[in-house]
Amino acid sequence: MSGTTGSGTVRKSYRTLARWLESAPPDLLQSRSRQAELFFRRMGVTFAVYGDVESNERLIPFDVVPRIIGAAEWNELERGLKQRVSAINAFLKDIYGAQECIKAGIVPADLIFTNPHYRPEMQGRRPPGDIWTHISGVDLVRTGEDGFLVLEDNVRTPSGVSYMLENREMMMRLFPDLFAEHRIRPVETYTDMLLASLRASAPAHAGSDPKLVVLTPGPFNSAYYEHSFLADKLGVELVEGGDLFVNDDIVFMRTTEGPQRVDVIYRRIDDEFLDPLTFRPDSAVGIPGLMSAYMAGNVTLSNAVGTGVADDKAVYTYMPDIIRFFSGGDPILGNVPTWRCREPEALKEVLSKLDQLVVKEVGGSGGYGMLVGPASTKAEIEDFRAKLIADPDDFIAQPTLALSTAPTLDSGGGLSPRHVDLRPFVLSSPRGVQVAPGGLTRVALKPGSLVVNSSQGGGTKDTWVLDD
Amino acid sequence: MLSRTAESLYWTGRYMERADFLARILEAAVRLAALPARDGAAATAWASAIASAGVSGAFAASARTPNEKSVREYLAFAPDNMSSIKACITSARTNARSVRTALTIELWEAINGAYNGLAELGEPTRRDDFVRYLEFVKGVSLAFEGASSRTMLRNDAYWFLRLGGAIERADNTARLLDVKYHLLLPAGERVGGQLDYFQWTTLLREVSALTAYRWVYRESVRPWLVADLLVLNRQMPRSLASCQGMIVSYLDKLATDYGRRGPAQRIASARLTQFNETNIEDIFQSGLHEYILTFLSENNGLASAIHDQYLV
Amino acid sequence: MRIRIDHETRYGYARAARFIVQSLRLTPRSTEGQQVRDWRIETDVDTRLRRSEDAFGNIVHTLYTERPTDSLMVRVTGEVATVNTGGVLKGTPERLSPLVFLRSTPLTQADADMRAFAAEIGEGQPLDRLHRLMGAINESVAFMVGSTTVDHTAAEAFAQKQGVCQDHAQIFIACARRMGIPARYVSGHLHRSDGVINQDAAHAWAEGWVEDLGWIGFDPANGICPTEHYVRVATGLDALGSSPIRGTSYGGGRETMTVALRVRQMQQNQQQQQRQGWS
Repeated sequence: MSGTTGSGTVRKSYRTLARWLESAPPDLLQSRSRQAELFFRRMGVTFAVYGDVESNERLIPFDVVPRIIGAAEWNELERGLKQRVSAINAFLKDIYGAQECIKAGIVPADLIFTNPHYRPEMQGRRPPGDIWTHISGVDLVRTGEDGFLVLEDNVRTPSGVSYMLENREMMMRLFPDLFAEHRIRPVETYTDMLLASLRASAPAHAGSDPKLVVLTPGPFNSAYYEHSFLADKLGVELVEGGDLFVNDDIVFMRTTEGPQRVDVIYRRIDDEFLDPLTFRPDSAVGIPGLMSAYMAGNVTLSNAVGTGVADDKAVYTYMPDIIRFFSGGDPILGNVPTWRCREPEALKEVLSKLDQLVVKEVGGSGGYGMLVGPASTKAEIEDFRAKLIADPDDFIAQPTLALSTAPTLDSGGGLSPRHVDLRPFVLSSPRGVQVAPGGLTRVALKPGSLVVNSSQGGGTKDTWVLDD
Repeated sequence: MLSRTAESLYWTGRYMERADFLARILEAAVRLAALPARDGAAATAWASAIASAGVSGAFAASARTPNEKSVREYLAFAPDNMSSIKACITSARTNARSVRTALTIELWEAINGAYNGLAELGEPTRRDDFVRYLEFVKGVSLAFEGASSRTMLRNDAYWFLRLGGAIERADNTARLLDVKYHLLLPAGERVGGQLDYFQWTTLLREVSALTAYRWVYRESVRPWLVADLLVLNRQMPRSLASCQGMIVSYLDKLATDYGRRGPAQRIASARLTQFNETNIEDIFQSGLHEYILTFLSENNGLASAIHDQYLV
Repeated sequence: MRIRIDHETRYGYARAARFIVQSLRLTPRSTEGQQVRDWRIETDVDTRLRRSEDAFGNIVHTLYTERPTDSLMVRVTGEVATVNTGGVLKGTPERLSPLVFLRSTPLTQADADMRAFAAEIGEGQPLDRLHRLMGAINESVAFMVGSTTVDHTAAEAFAQKQGVCQDHAQIFIACARRMGIPARYVSGHLHRSDGVINQDAAHAWAEGWVEDLGWIGFDPANGICPTEHYVRVATGLDALGSSPIRGTSYGGGRETMTVALRVRQMQQNQQQQQRQGWS
């Protein structure tokens, strides 16, 4: 099987699985995979409670072979994640506060202040408990034996955690015996951790029993299913903008028993749409006056407004220095090497080997405005070269990564190596930073493909973190 | 509960009830139009169906003339009629879908099944196909009622769903009765004549009450007794008094759950008291039509009190 | 100069608005160039007003109505004593880096024509360049009441070569930023020296950032830097960000708005008469 180290031996964390598979009937994985599909289809009825039955959202392929991470490796990863997310929080507090890291020359001022995700409205503000990014998703890749690199930070409204939870539930149904042979750390506690974390971040006035809600743009949003899933697991109301209103700088929810005060909003709406009186006036999903209530300290927004300035691709390149500046130590998790095209030397180098690099637009996401050198035609590369020369500030470049692989059930019923990435979820509150032991593993199901996006043939796996 | 959730449940109840009512009106019209009678009887039957559905204005404005084809099409599935059977089922489903977590799987399946079933049936033009279409719709409302009463928790979600149904049903029964009294009999037909008699029995059939009538009154069909049955009889589940009783009981459940009574409870109770103090002779004395008009406007008033108290 | 302002905005709603929320940037703050005296906000229905200060240094009131209403009148009155500072702004709390004012907004995006126009301003000291920019806009964009609406972008107004003060200010801002100079929008009032007191709308101009001097006002609609005839009320990235009133209503349906504005000079003898009247 794959899941091997460079030298061809089975990675230690996969040994029990490998032994188990050897003694299992040959078509076991295929039959369990079919079973999973059946389960998902049947649960589809249950899932459909949340979303639209016609939507294909839940039909993202699920691979029954778990991604397994050993205890020692995870502990190091967890330390790295805590360090990184703590630094991001400190960075946000500083950017919207004293701006020491700018004065010290750690990040260029113009990169921050002309960044569309820097929100001037937040300058000089402190969210309750000084917590900015309550929920973070950090995208990691393994490029070799020696641990993980960070590909991207997600500190606005990271999604995908519902897959982490559902995939685990599915695996426990399918392979109870396999669970018995491993000591796997539970991820099911995530929603309890999240609830505790959000409650601890409530404004002081809320006392011991703050009122929480999950705010969604509505059923037409592609992540609506996850919004309702989380509201359900948290045991709180799933609200749309129209369910809330602000009076006298206090946020209320419209209920059949009259207006009910809201203290914490786990919002899955982007900054720009939160309040038509402050941001986009055409927002139909926001709450007029919400920012007034927020500024008055009467409500917690999770994540805080303006966190996007920290997960911007251009700011990403400064993250190792930011971590050093705020944590006082070297980063435990490194970045993928990145050229900042805004720097003339880097630009020169990038232009000299465009055909080997991945070039990304700083403000782009979801694979838009991106050049994958090795997969592009000469004409595409030349087109991009012109864009790059015209606006070098708008781009960064990275080497084409040799992503690590994990064993995956292939179409022939055997196991084949497929490229994977990993998004663990990190929670921050005044009580500290916690990492759910697991995450969302995305897998490129096509042989050799590096693209893990579900829209382009990607699937998901359960991620096991071993306890010993 | 979020006001939006309550509102969606309430309207799911109303739309499902209304779809059933429209199916019953159309069924009656098909039956009446088939009756051998003087010229104009059929046309009157179709015009009355439009009037009972409360869409005369919109129908006339759409430049249609009432005949079997136009009325069947308009009330069942015309895209320009926002309260056709199809539109009602679609609206019920849209409302239900937005509050899926508040519904049981069985209830959702009943509503979604109605929507899918209608889509499969298409827009039948042949009379026997059309009658099957109407039977399907009536079956849908039984499935809906059954699923809600057998599977839903008796909490505010259930009360709002039922409340919507009861408000709509009261409105529908009142309108049905009024149309029979004032529109149905073509000029030249004798009150108490054969057509008149047939119309009354059809009306009873429409509300599944022909047998009930005979059980209760043990007499041949007489207009004032039909009115008594449909207005005041508390045993008759579609009577105005029964609907009012249901509305009061659902509002009381809500008041108990929430620990607070409001204008909706006060208005509803006062109306129920009036029913208890009224008899059919008094109603006829002062005019059934006037009585029904007052009832309809009070019913609307109660609906907006419910809206203001709970749904915004 | 003592300037008396009486600024009334009336909203009418097609249906009774159950609930109105508005964000008011109607209250000027004192600077070295203007001293604000007895400033008041009044409404004709019961409202709650919450005062705060935004990151741009504006005094903001959030207004909430208490009961359904089919109309709302918001009236601000007050008096400001001004001196001429030659357009130089001093004594404002500046919480934001001037670099923030280099970013463009949907209303202040420079299109190709504007970029070419900005390029023609040429090089030199920032202050000179800003003066040249103001002159160029004043010459090439005609002042024409009714030629644009509040939703017009700088580029749209520039393309038709006419607009009102809001458009002149936004074109100035878009070009200045393109030239690498931070610039921002200012809403306020202008005392007209031609004796006209009743005005249709409030005034607007721009400020540009010059190292060592700070923020300098430029009124491209009139081709001059603000004088003691100007009362500065609010600032932001564009007209939307510094608009006097931004609001929404619940259930109000279509909304109409009318503005009545009087800006007049308080004469010395008038003040004396008033004082005598009070005593």
